[in-house]
Amino acid sequence: MAEPYKIVIGLEVHVQLLTKTKLFCSCPNKFGLPPNSAVCPVCLGLPGSLPVMNRQAFDLALKAALALNCQIASHADQKPGFTKWDRKNYYYPDLPKNYQISQYDLPFSHDGFLDINVHPDPKKGYTAKKVGIIRAHLEEDAGKNIHDESGRGGDTRVDLNRTGTPLLEIVSHPDMNSPEEAIAYLEEIRLMLRELGVSDCEMQEGSLRCDANVNVHIPKADEPKGYAATPLVEIKNLNSFRSVGRAITYEAKRQYEQFQKDPVGYRIDKLLKTTAGWDDPRGRTEVQRHKEEAADYRYFPEPDLVPVIVTKEQLDAVKATMGELPQAQRQRLQTQYGLSPSDAEVFVAKGRKTVAYLEEVAKIVGDGKAAANRISDLVFPALNERKEEIDEFPVTAAAYADFVKQTGSLNKQDRVDVFKIVLEKGVSVEDAKTAAGIKAVDESALRESAKAAIAANAKAVADFKAGKDSAKMAIVGFVMKNNKGAPNDVVRKLVDEELAKV
Amino acid sequence: MSLTEKTAAELLALQAAGKASAVEITDAFLASIADRDQKVQAFMHVEGANAKAVAAVIDAKRKSGAKLGALAGVPIAIKDVLCTKGIPTTCSSKILEGFVPPYDATVVARLKAADAILIGKTNMDEFAMGSSTENSAYKTTRNPWDPERIPGGSSGGSAAAVAACLAPVSLGTDTGGSIRQPASLCGIVGIKPTYGRVSRYGMIAFASSLDQIGPFTHDVYDNALLMEIISGFDPHDATSVNQPVPAYTKTLNDKVEGLRIGVPKEFFGEGLDSEVEAAIRTALKEYEKLGAKLIDVSLPHSSYAVSVYYIVATAEASSNLARFDGMHYGHRTKQKADLIGTYAKSRGEAFGKEVQRRIMLGTYALSSGYKDAYYLKALKVRRLIKNDFDAAFEKCDVIMGPTAPTAAFKKGEKSDNPLAMYLSDIYTISCNLAGIAGLSIPCGFTKTNLPIGLQLLSPPFDEERMLRVARMYEAATDWHTKRPTV
Ligand SMILES: [Zn+2]
Repeated sequence: MAEPYKIVIGLEVHVQLLTKTKLFCSCPNKFGLPPNSAVCPVCLGLPGSLPVMNRQAFDLALKAALALNCQIASHADQKPGFTKWDRKNYYYPDLPKNYQISQYDLPFSHDGFLDINVHPDPKKGYTAKKVGIIRAHLEEDAGKNIHDESGRGGDTRVDLNRTGTPLLEIVSHPDMNSPEEAIAYLEEIRLMLRELGVSDCEMQEGSLRCDANVNVHIPKADEPKGYAATPLVEIKNLNSFRSVGRAITYEAKRQYEQFQKDPVGYRIDKLLKTTAGWDDPRGRTEVQRHKEEAADYRYFPEPDLVPVIVTKEQLDAVKATMGELPQAQRQRLQTQYGLSPSDAEVFVAKGRKTVAYLEEVAKIVGDGKAAANRISDLVFPALNERKEEIDEFPVTAAAYADFVKQTGSLNKQDRVDVFKIVLEKGVSVEDAKTAAGIKAVDESALRESAKAAIAANAKAVADFKAGKDSAKMAIVGFVMKNNKGAPNDVVRKLVDEELAKV
Repeated sequence: MSLTEKTAAELLALQAAGKASAVEITDAFLASIADRDQKVQAFMHVEGANAKAVAAVIDAKRKSGAKLGALAGVPIAIKDVLCTKGIPTTCSSKILEGFVPPYDATVVARLKAADAILIGKTNMDEFAMGSSTENSAYKTTRNPWDPERIPGGSSGGSAAAVAACLAPVSLGTDTGGSIRQPASLCGIVGIKPTYGRVSRYGMIAFASSLDQIGPFTHDVYDNALLMEIISGFDPHDATSVNQPVPAYTKTLNDKVEGLRIGVPKEFFGEGLDSEVEAAIRTALKEYEKLGAKLIDVSLPHSSYAVSVYYIVATAEASSNLARFDGMHYGHRTKQKADLIGTYAKSRGEAFGKEVQRRIMLGTYALSSGYKDAYYLKALKVRRLIKNDFDAAFEKCDVIMGPTAPTAAFKKGEKSDNPLAMYLSDIYTISCNLAGIAGLSIPCGFTKTNLPIGLQLLSPPFDEERMLRVARMYEAATDWHTKRPTV
């Protein structure tokens, strides 16, 4: 049942970039090291230390921004390609300089969009939706405060390994209208950034973080805009895609209910934005603070760094390394190989290596749809079971294409058995067939058998000729009984041909 | 003439001729410090045994015939704003009491590589904020020419150390005049290099877009020598400029032909002491005698320089000094408090009044609602000040005027009046705002025997010519040979 309100969602996503070193020093950018072991004077913010920009981080960020169809550093009153760093000032123990190097008024990218697929329907496919990107900018991450949770009031410890690791902040327009759309957006960002090698986007490890800005529009004919809008709530502490969905659903309902209680006061123009934390075990949002009390960050240009000028040559170099983006790939798999929208979705979601595997098999087999079906039938379950990635799989695309060609006439069970032997024993398809007790198909012998079956089943033949289609199955069954292991589709074909002659 | 009155060049020559060893030189300066620093109070920390050990290694190297660095066996004092590995670095602030950096500033590393002997760390105005060195949380440095007077600031300790012959050379930093003004008041040579000429890595920042490190020396040759060592691109400082460093000492005595000296009327207005003005005019005449042409130039926006400076510098300082919060190093309050309380108490207890005043000024200038009217407007005027210099340098090669409006003033004379104190930098500040180079050389004394300094300002990265211009005057005069009796 549809809700009596429209949900409006904008997302702020932070992703950690997959650089070798941190954003402004040469410490390793690596998760899971012993506390305070990946630090130096620069990321510790020691007196006198200075930041120096990591070009790899900037290039990865450029790649992401181009994939998000953003304008690159084109700002009014500035040279083309001009972007700069700013300091965001606030005090916190996990931020040793007590300012964060970020980007304020001239971010390196802005005004882009991302096409996402929503409302999955295996038959009709997907509806594409454009989500606008306000801006994407680079900044340094803070460390981690580790609070004593024993309740005995122990000291808070600070781990500064994460301090100074590169973060890309992507801010969307409030263009999403359901938890499903929000999740689809996050999934598309994750897929794209992983395939581009920009970020591993592991929400559990914090390499992808998301804050959701949510409010609801309640249709009302007598309102100037035709609806009333509730105040914005920014939900933080979302640690999985599932919790993003749950939090949005909960918060939208809560806002609607509050509006019902206070239809005059609980409106966006009456209350400023508030921040809420998502309590996952309890399944509810907890309002934390009013934004009006929020800090004044006193942004100003970072004097320790020089502005960055992005040239056309640099942009071209980055573009040259991007490869095909997911949405283009989905389209191409459908037009070039005749895949269904849902098959294209499945393959693209598994990443570029899987798509490459599919394409190689399809080219050799000469039938993309069949290649996709065979890979879905046998390769995906095997990968699952073996906990392997496609590039670790012992059956190469060429070998699998060969398998598909040689087992085209087998029934499903036989194919499964033969593939199992190929995979486990590493033998040829021919040998695996023999090992599975499958004889080579002798078509002329089978044809003789079909002729004999037609001769022996006069009644069924008569019924068939009288229009009873199912009578044919009795004849097929008769042939199968006398030819154990014969491929069902071949037998059918021969029976059809022979019946036509009668 | 004792060893301690000699220049670095002379000390290098003595060693090369086998007439003095690095150990003897170091001992002489350590003895001078032991003898005179109770009076001068220039040092925060003295490297006794370590300095001698380094000197012994250099002597051994020399004996073995190994190649020696350009400053081998020459002791150097370092302003306590520069990080020195394993040696306390306080910025003369209580908040950094006990802080020992785990790394060397780039300039310190370069001096060590040149076989210089780090002899100690010098007193300064806390976090380089001041013009008299009275804002040190630890001690008040005296002017070696008159112990009742201040040595200037903020690099007062480094200037006094050289003037009083406690070290032959030293390093200071200059954000608004903190090298040139004390050099002027102490009768020595001090340079503020072009912004980006010398790496700032390891210099504890006051105002990042204005700070530069530079040497104090008895004469121009030593200054050129030090500049050759400390200048140049540093991959650890993104604002250092990748441009070759000229061999300053090689061309130093080449006369500048057809020299055009710009004399800005704005540097000779109200507030300039008449004795200082007379000395500057005499120096300019000397240049005319040497063949230079004096040209009237104008720096119309220089009257805004002090205002712009106290917005830009304090804004940056309010952020640069945020890290001193008692959490990770330095002073932390003993009082029990929550997080915000711990920040406030630690900083309130350990920052001096002037530092607190500037942090508040800068925080205000950057706050929402005020940023446009103060910080952003100041940046616009800063651009106009830079344009003034660009226009002036179309007409002249170097600009000259007084370094400071007066000779050294008395201790306590301006400490209760921050504004009067701020005006001691009136002629030096615009150079930092414009990012150009500046230098002060001795050009005379007042009737009461206090040194007066002549300021030279040059276009960016034109230190080579500026040093030659300074050397022309020095070669014709003997002010640089005077030493005070301490
Ligand atoms: Zn680091």
